Amino acid sequence: MEIYLFFLFGGIAVVGALAMVFNKNAVHSALFLLLTLVMIAGLYVLLNAQFIAVAQIMVYAGAIVVLILFVVMLLGAELGESIPRWLTLRNSVMVLLALVFLTVSGTAVYDWLYSTQPITGTVTDEVIARQGSVQLVGESLFTQFLLPFELASILLLVGIIGVVVLGGWRLVQHRQRGE
Amino acid sequence: MQNPYNFVGVLILAAILLPVVGLGVAWLVRPHKPNPIKKSTYECGIEPIGETWVQFKVSYYIYALIFVVFDVESVFLFPWAVAYNRLPLYAFLEVVIFIAILFFALIYAWRKGALKWL
Repeated sequence: MEIYLFFLFGGIAVVGALAMVFNKNAVHSALFLLLTLVMIAGLYVLLNAQFIAVAQIMVYAGAIVVLILFVVMLLGAELGESIPRWLTLRNSVMVLLALVFLTVSGTAVYDWLYSTQPITGTVTDEVIARQGSVQLVGESLFTQFLLPFELASILLLVGIIGVVVLGGWRLVQHRQRGE
Repeated sequence: MQNPYNFVGVLILAAILLPVVGLGVAWLVRPHKPNPIKKSTYECGIEPIGETWVQFKVSYYIYALIFVVFDVESVFLFPWAVAYNRLPLYAFLEVVIFIAILFFALIYAWRKGALKWL
């Protein structure tokens, strides 16, 4: 069952990613990106990482795609370049080399993670299956990693201040118009 | 043992079937007699002007950015709510501090006029 779901989610994710890249309309591209992100969330669930899956759906599928759509609509760049303009020999070779590099580096990281360093720790698949990963994340977040959690709020505060600074020119413009 | 993901599967199936069945039945039943006036974009009965792909106001983007911040906040609160019964009291206080910091961030953005529609 799991292997079928893996190929279902993974297949739709790959198709969505390709459709995103090859679509001419940037809004449709963003929607295909949404499809890919949701399918990757499904893959996270298969990997017993439910919290990551929820974070993926809420933050990436929920907020980041909205942000991307806004950027597309603000710039009025819905209709991008046509495919033949960038489908050249040089770019094809570059994509091929990038894929080779990705495969080599991915294999290297995988080997390093799983052969030289055996996985140790108290959080095994059985523990996750019994308690659920969200609860485990919550417990460790509020006991062992309390300070990073609070620092996250400071980080978000900095984000808000950044937004205010970014939006500040609107107010200046507004005042200059004498309203 | 019943797999808890069966419920998720049923929900996904319902989410797919609901629009597909609704639109499919409507497609089967409805008459098909298009004409140019019928196919034009409906805009409160007024004749549509220009393209449907228009540039949006930049003001929307500020709200989207603020939304992202509070979305991330809710992601952090999610594991806290699930593990609530197994956490000590200070975890509750820490979350109160966390929410308070972001509450003051919202007040700051409000005072600075980031929420104002210009």
